[in-house]
Amino acid sequence: MLILRCPYCGVMADETELVPGGEAHLKRSGPGSSDDDFEGYLFHRENPKGVHFERWRHSAGCGKWFHAARCTVTLEVFGTYPAQVTEPPQEIREAISSKRPGWSWREYE
Amino acid sequence: MTTRLAEGGRLINRGRALEFTFNGKTMTGYDGDTLASALLANGQYLMGRSFKYHRPRSVVASGPEEPNALMNLGSGARFEPNQRATTTELFEGLQAQSQNHWPSLEMDVGVVNNYAARFLPAGFYYKTFIHPRSAWKHLFEPFIRKSAGLGKAPKDRDADIYEHFYAHVDVLVIGGGIAGLTAARAAAAGGGEVMLIEQSAHWGGRAPVDADEIDGVSADLWVKNSIEALEEEENVRLRTRCMGAGVYDHGYVLAYERLTEHAPQDGLPRHRLWRIRAKQVVVATGAIERPLSFAGNDVPGVMLAGAVRDYAVNWGVSLGQRTVVVTNNDDAYRTAIALTEAGLEVPAVLDARIAPEGMLIAKARALGIRVETGRGVAKVLGRARVTGVAVCEQASDGTVVEEIQCDAVAMSGGWSPVVHLWSHCGGKLIWDEAGACFRPDPEKAPTGASGEAFVTAVGAANGALGTAEVLADAHRIAPDGVKAPVAAPEEAAPVSPVWMMPRGAGHKLRSKMWLDYQNDVKVSDVQLAAREGFESVEHTKRYTTLGMATDQGKLSNINGLAVLSDALGAAIPQVGTTTFRPPYTPISFGSIAGAARAETFQPLRRTPLHGWHEANGAHWEPVGQWRRPYCYLQKGESVEAAVEREVKNTREAVGLLDASTLGTILAKGPDAGRFLDMLYTNMMSTLQPGRCRYGLMCNENGFLMDDGVVARIDEDTFLCHTTTGGAEHIHAHMEEWLQTEWWDWMVYTANLTEQYAQIGVVGPKAREVLELVGGMDVSKEAMPFMTWADGELGGINVRVYRISFSGELSYEIAVKANHGRALWDLIAEAGREFGAMPYGTEALHVLRAEKGFIMIGDETDGTVIPQDLGLDWAISKKKEDYLGKRAQARAHMTDPERWKLVGLKTLDGSVLPDGSYAIAEGQNANGQRNVQGRVTSTYHSPTLGHGIAMGLVRHGPDRMGEVLQFNRTDGGTVEARIVSPVFYDPEGEKQNV
Repeated sequence: MLILRCPYCGVMADETELVPGGEAHLKRSGPGSSDDDFEGYLFHRENPKGVHFERWRHSAGCGKWFHAARCTVTLEVFGTYPAQVTEPPQEIREAISSKRPGWSWREYE
Repeated sequence: MTTRLAEGGRLINRGRALEFTFNGKTMTGYDGDTLASALLANGQYLMGRSFKYHRPRSVVASGPEEPNALMNLGSGARFEPNQRATTTELFEGLQAQSQNHWPSLEMDVGVVNNYAARFLPAGFYYKTFIHPRSAWKHLFEPFIRKSAGLGKAPKDRDADIYEHFYAHVDVLVIGGGIAGLTAARAAAAGGGEVMLIEQSAHWGGRAPVDADEIDGVSADLWVKNSIEALEEEENVRLRTRCMGAGVYDHGYVLAYERLTEHAPQDGLPRHRLWRIRAKQVVVATGAIERPLSFAGNDVPGVMLAGAVRDYAVNWGVSLGQRTVVVTNNDDAYRTAIALTEAGLEVPAVLDARIAPEGMLIAKARALGIRVETGRGVAKVLGRARVTGVAVCEQASDGTVVEEIQCDAVAMSGGWSPVVHLWSHCGGKLIWDEAGACFRPDPEKAPTGASGEAFVTAVGAANGALGTAEVLADAHRIAPDGVKAPVAAPEEAAPVSPVWMMPRGAGHKLRSKMWLDYQNDVKVSDVQLAAREGFESVEHTKRYTTLGMATDQGKLSNINGLAVLSDALGAAIPQVGTTTFRPPYTPISFGSIAGAARAETFQPLRRTPLHGWHEANGAHWEPVGQWRRPYCYLQKGESVEAAVEREVKNTREAVGLLDASTLGTILAKGPDAGRFLDMLYTNMMSTLQPGRCRYGLMCNENGFLMDDGVVARIDEDTFLCHTTTGGAEHIHAHMEEWLQTEWWDWMVYTANLTEQYAQIGVVGPKAREVLELVGGMDVSKEAMPFMTWADGELGGINVRVYRISFSGELSYEIAVKANHGRALWDLIAEAGREFGAMPYGTEALHVLRAEKGFIMIGDETDGTVIPQDLGLDWAISKKKEDYLGKRAQARAHMTDPERWKLVGLKTLDGSVLPDGSYAIAEGQNANGQRNVQGRVTSTYHSPTLGHGIAMGLVRHGPDRMGEVLQFNRTDGGTVEARIVSPVFYDPEGEKQNV
């Protein structure tokens, strides 16, 4: 059972306080988008062995959505950050680089 | 004959006798006995029958690894199957029954399987019970169910109570042997919060039995001193009878404490499940002795050497008068020595090694014990009880060189570290060639949130053997300055792997060498699986059932995979182990549930009017966590009659509905209109304050997820009504989009559902009732259909919505929750002269179905889009975007072949079966009848006097008047005509008055 720090209320939250929300940093495709783009947005997901970015909601706490960067193999957590961003913040990417030099995830590295 | 020795037994109190029953027979044991030791002391060595061949079995171990001695314990509401006799502490009045035999333990018909054993090879079930199909149901299954199976399922509700405890510690030490005690003392010196747990009732593990000396005193005394020292520490918590069940992500550990199992009594919890968060977990779980694979190694009287020693030393019980010891390592010599010192005969130690030398061997020889090296057991003599062993050279095909008369065999195939808890959360193992065992790979420990290892294995669990080595290994976690415990180093001969005895045994011997006692898996079965192509250890496990069931292969795993690797010609580490999964040994369902059972299983949500319903004949229906009245039963009335009455009364006079469970969500802010335009398929931003609009909500995949009426309160404020049970997830859906996609939009949402009671006043006389209550103008002019107004009724502040889910003149009145009951009473009182009656959820469903209104969850199932339901009028063509719009533009969403909503009316007036399919010509690729539609809602209409239904039918709206065949559960069909889904008042005159 994971523990993640909620970046809003600062609580070290047990997984039972959280609701998972799947992959982070999806870009919404709305009306007018191509079938391929829409399919990718709706269905295609990363399944990495290693660095991953996820959405979580502190649902049994402050109710806020946040993002977590963690390793799916070792369960190491590189950091959590608010959901109001369109890409991983620089300090999170640096934190990952210090532990996993040469990492990449989607277009980020 | 097994018996109690005249002396000895460090754990029993001979001054306190306890009576218990086994298979109805009264027996006597001592305080401190386990059920297994007490049965052996009473000469009851036969304890059960094996699962597949029903061979007679006795106890083979002395701890939680026991595969044979499984018991039904207790009776009635305290009955529990599959309890290990070795871990069941004896108490006065204990009732035990052996399992897996019929009609009796001594006389069992299933033993015929034993003689048919060569027809019951590995994979027998997969190979045999396939054809003919009917034979399974009528022949194989009833026989198998009667003659096989582990234990019986309890029939009564569990009379005991259970609880959960939570703990947050710096260091959790699992295992209270000398390694665990050393580790706990080391951890305590570090100053953090320490918890030490031990699965048995006693501290010290094996050391006191093996009579080692530590720090110059006996192991027994050293253990006592260590516990006393730990009890002095304020930062240390100690629990016995508390097993580490599982280690999970980020230091989460479940521990299972047996509180009163050994002393049952009412009022106290039986088990406690500890939910522990530990920064560091120290696994000091010891090791388990392996059996040796020789023919007849399952005959009663054959036991693990360490267990033979345990019974003698701990409980003063002997397995036999003459015990042959057979081994591949030094430890079994301790058994030979202990038995000799207890005055029992050890005619020989058969050591498979060529020329081993060590302190224990020398001591055995000095005691005059005959030691034969390079030798092993060709086969055990005797069927229901050991009568002797046939001895052979280990490096032979089993040619008998000698027979030795004996009534017991103590075997040792070496020791396997208990690596389960290390492995649960991803810890990897390495093969230790010298120790012939898998042990934790310190380079590949389970890692926590920081990326650092959080589990450490110490002592025998880490592959350390010998007291001095175990203590040193456990002490390595100590901070500087802590004094290390010391013991004299031992000089021992190395273990020599023996996976089959003798090495060149032929098929006949191999088919009597048991690997897995519980599942009757033999060396020959695993070899057959390898020949049949099962190369993966996981596949072999499932094919042969090796290592399955309650013991999960604690004795058999390593022996089994060694045989498999030999058969495959691969090295043991290449074959690898099966996955270790929690719990370490079975834990009770009661402990998992804890207090969450019966009325505390989940919260019961009551509306403010709950008490009135209860007092007025409510026939309850669970709706999510709510209870809603399905109908209100009058004296002597059936449920069907009550629903019929409520529907008719609402259509003809006036009905009252508790609508408080419907969700009410506030959306407020400058961007609230824009936000709702994205959430609903229709336009909400154009709604005028004071007006209501029905809206549909879809997910991003286009499917309909909720519906309800939206009321605009003022320019910035909307109230969104959701379905009952929809409030929480729709509110979460709103927050998700607001927080993660449109976080710059200025909107605030709040779930107000429980703030209000909502009362429906429905029917042609609804207005007259409210006028009699008085206080605000509810006329058609003041309050037309689909408007709302704030005001006062009977002196209570209310908000009245003129909306209808029944097709009748209808008001829904929202009132602060604490005024709900008062208002309901006023309305019920005023309604009396107009014939007002409450109605329940079933009448609500019938009323809406008569009008062709859809219900989320009936007409929708997560695959239905609004267009399927003829709701195109509620989908904005003007809006550029809303959730689901892009998805609904996909080719298969606009496909004219999609099934669409219609009404269905049976030709004979009957009610269509729920979920029934409209059948079509031909068959699909799976040989099933083709279908062209299905029933989504079906009721008897009291208003119309015949069955009505809605359904989704291919090209349905274009096929009005056509008759379809619908299947019935009895195999027949029923005819129904496609009609408009609006059965009642199609012009909508009644609701708009």
